[in-house]
Amino acid sequence: MSSSGVPMLTLPLRVLPPVGLGRGRARLLVERNVIAYRRGWIFLVSGFFEPLFYLLSIGLGLNHLVGHLAIGGSSIPYTDYVAPGLLASSAMNGAIFDATFGIFFKLKIAKTYDAVLATPLGVRDVAIGELAWSLIRGTVYSIAFLTVMAALGLIASWWAVLCLPAAMLVSFAFGGLGMFGTCYMRSWQDFDLVSLAIVPLFLFSGVFYPLSLYPGWLRIVIMVTPLYQGVALLRGLDTGVLGPALLVHACYLALLGATGLVGASRRLGHLLLP
Amino acid sequence: MSQRPRGPSDSFRHGPLAVSTSDEGAGDSAGTAVQAQGLTKRFGEFTAVDAVDFDIEVGEAFGFLGANGAGKTSTMRMIACLSPISGGTLQVLGLDPMRDGPQIRSRIGLVPQDDTLDLELTVRDNLYLYGRYFGLPRKQLRERVEELLEFARLTERADQRVDPLSGGMRRRLTIARALVSSPSLVILDEPTTGLDPQARHLLWDRLYRLKREGVTLVITTHYMDEAEQLCDRLVVMDAGRIAAAGSPSELIEQWSTREVVELRFEPEGHQVHGERLADLAERVEVLPDRLLLYTDQGDATLDAVRSRGASPIAALVRRATLEDVFLHLTGRSLVD
Amino acid sequence: MSFFPQLPSAVATRQRRARLSPALRAYQYNLLAYKRTWRGSVTTTFLYPVLYLAAIGVGLGHLIDHGSNQAVGGVRYLWFLAPGLLAGTAMQIATNESTFPVMAGIKWLKTYLAMLAAPLEVTDVLYGHLAWILTRVALASGVFLAVMAAFHTVPSGWAVLAFPAAVLTGAAFAAPVMAFSATRETDQSFVVLYRFGIVPLFLFSGTFFPVAQLPGWLQVVARCTPLYQGVTLCRGLVLGHLGGWDALGHAGYLLAMLVGGVLAARVTYRRRLVQ
Repeated sequence: MSSSGVPMLTLPLRVLPPVGLGRGRARLLVERNVIAYRRGWIFLVSGFFEPLFYLLSIGLGLNHLVGHLAIGGSSIPYTDYVAPGLLASSAMNGAIFDATFGIFFKLKIAKTYDAVLATPLGVRDVAIGELAWSLIRGTVYSIAFLTVMAALGLIASWWAVLCLPAAMLVSFAFGGLGMFGTCYMRSWQDFDLVSLAIVPLFLFSGVFYPLSLYPGWLRIVIMVTPLYQGVALLRGLDTGVLGPALLVHACYLALLGATGLVGASRRLGHLLLP
Repeated sequence: MSQRPRGPSDSFRHGPLAVSTSDEGAGDSAGTAVQAQGLTKRFGEFTAVDAVDFDIEVGEAFGFLGANGAGKTSTMRMIACLSPISGGTLQVLGLDPMRDGPQIRSRIGLVPQDDTLDLELTVRDNLYLYGRYFGLPRKQLRERVEELLEFARLTERADQRVDPLSGGMRRRLTIARALVSSPSLVILDEPTTGLDPQARHLLWDRLYRLKREGVTLVITTHYMDEAEQLCDRLVVMDAGRIAAAGSPSELIEQWSTREVVELRFEPEGHQVHGERLADLAERVEVLPDRLLLYTDQGDATLDAVRSRGASPIAALVRRATLEDVFLHLTGRSLVD
Repeated sequence: MSFFPQLPSAVATRQRRARLSPALRAYQYNLLAYKRTWRGSVTTTFLYPVLYLAAIGVGLGHLIDHGSNQAVGGVRYLWFLAPGLLAGTAMQIATNESTFPVMAGIKWLKTYLAMLAAPLEVTDVLYGHLAWILTRVALASGVFLAVMAAFHTVPSGWAVLAFPAAVLTGAAFAAPVMAFSATRETDQSFVVLYRFGIVPLFLFSGTFFPVAQLPGWLQVVARCTPLYQGVTLCRGLVLGHLGGWDALGHAGYLLAMLVGGVLAARVTYRRRLVQ
């Protein structure tokens, strides 16, 4: 047997006074994810490159073949057209992965949240903390992508400084939505639904070409999907083609993220504190 | 089954209250860590815990004994503020779990049945981060973590992930994790299920040390020997109710004779022999694989059995254990 | 080439099984496992390639063809893209199937070890799994070719030969990737392989646009990549504009990767599984 005594005596720690317990500790979930990713940083870093490769491939490779596109009365090169769309999908990708696979693993497989809830933290801390993490990851991707866009001279307007908060809204929306959906998933098989949603969104939400190519009814269907809202918002800001519609897009995304957060919070309470 | 030496738990019984863990401050009603009256937990139509009463004193090791599904874990989860109560009253450390959940949890260490260790983190980070959840400052926490690694005998594994650890190591880590905030009440749900004997004894040793420090331990188990070894007092739970309560020796005294004669016959003969020998003992239990005769004079009873001409394949006289209490109270044996 | 052996029926006798070659039994194991899990792979195998074809080929193709009808390589963009996606899909499926499932066989589910405990050799396990992966590639390629025909993008009878060409492309990736996977301890490197290998190959090997659109030095790099061979071969066969020697050259490149990959995998499998 080890000779070490019980450390209770050697270092008596007083638990902090119970002020604000169960509130405002969401940042600890973020701290957890930072520590967890210290060994898996390559997952974080590599995730950024996929949209970048698409930008260089489809954006640059097809630039000459597509030529110029008309937007808001002016005509812009195809690369300029596709870049903000890919920024939106980068923000989506950055947020969605941890909000779905990551949360499911912690919720159902590793039972990480069961352990967390045995501490002073509450479900709301868990929901806010995890969404904050998704948002941070999405934001980091967005900053990196915007930097590349600037370096390639793809930023056409000063309004583009608003692209970062707008991209964060996209991350917020998809993070909240992903987290909410994940709370209802039963097994890994259900995650086919995630890519079944993400891949068509990526391909058909106007990232690569205007919706005017679609028949009328399909256009309306796509316009209510969240990625389209993000693409439209970012493209408007990046190209400087503004209008009140941009505010509508922003409100839509904010509302979606908030709904996801509240819903996920409730559902997590049901699941974890029966 | 063999003659069991009296567990060291006897000498610790009703040990000194308070000692180092002076957490029982404001709000704690004198010397009571947990107080339940008519405590009930329902899941829809199903009643998992059915109006149970118990008091757990500060500094004692209190056991909940019962088969799977008896309501032990539901009770634990209510004490740990992880499950809203459906009826009755519950006070933990003088506070109301429904209202003061975070405050209570900040003073409790929970060792859940499935370890719920963070699989994406190293052993050290598991302890470190858990301490952070309790709001402990980083610098203080780092020292604390090293102490706990030593306590759990995991220092050499500190930088490994949790996956490759053995069951015993995971269990020790989970216990160390529960101690990171220096809790005054530690709840252990089936602490040694699935461990080999060596790992169990190491764990028990760690729990004795905690108890000596004055930490209140609440333990659920379906192992009789564990309950006898560790618990000052315990309740036997069956189908959501408390069937009996007391110290291990009190329970044995109250619900069993002093000794037990175990007889093995050809399997199909147990029922017949049970009826034939019924008058030789206070009580007879017929189990699928053996016959138990409850008596205060084991050797004399065994002689009487033999003089009747019954020739068991194997015979054994032993002292009564909690297993016998449980058998008597529930009519079922408490095997895994 | 028969990749579709009869499933052992309930009445199959032990004798009949004993006559099956050992590698075929390893293959059958994969087949039976797939019968339980095929639903999840329908999307990646069949649906997503078609979605790419529709979104990029039809949608973006409309813009590209808008100005001149002969924009890319003398044909409509959809015609150009479809055979490229055929080869790209073959690569993706082959790589997917020879990373995580190999890790599962060695480490997570230990199915390889279970097979080796039965009287199977390491090479049986390897060939059985490789044959299975190529079955998956063949299924996906066949379906995709049918979809291409439905989109009216198959102008030439030579297109039939694009089927073995796609399977060969898959094989050229599967074998070396299997060899690589057998040396890995965690799945982390698969993510790196996918994101820094497969995705760039998919995007820059002439799949979506002629490599002539790339800057000069990058063109040379792109022409040397294995997927470029597969894309060019499939596209040439589908559109019927590939010279015989060129076709042999591309096919030879892919075949060399397959053979080299198998030889390497024999070594890494043995090193990992026989201790």
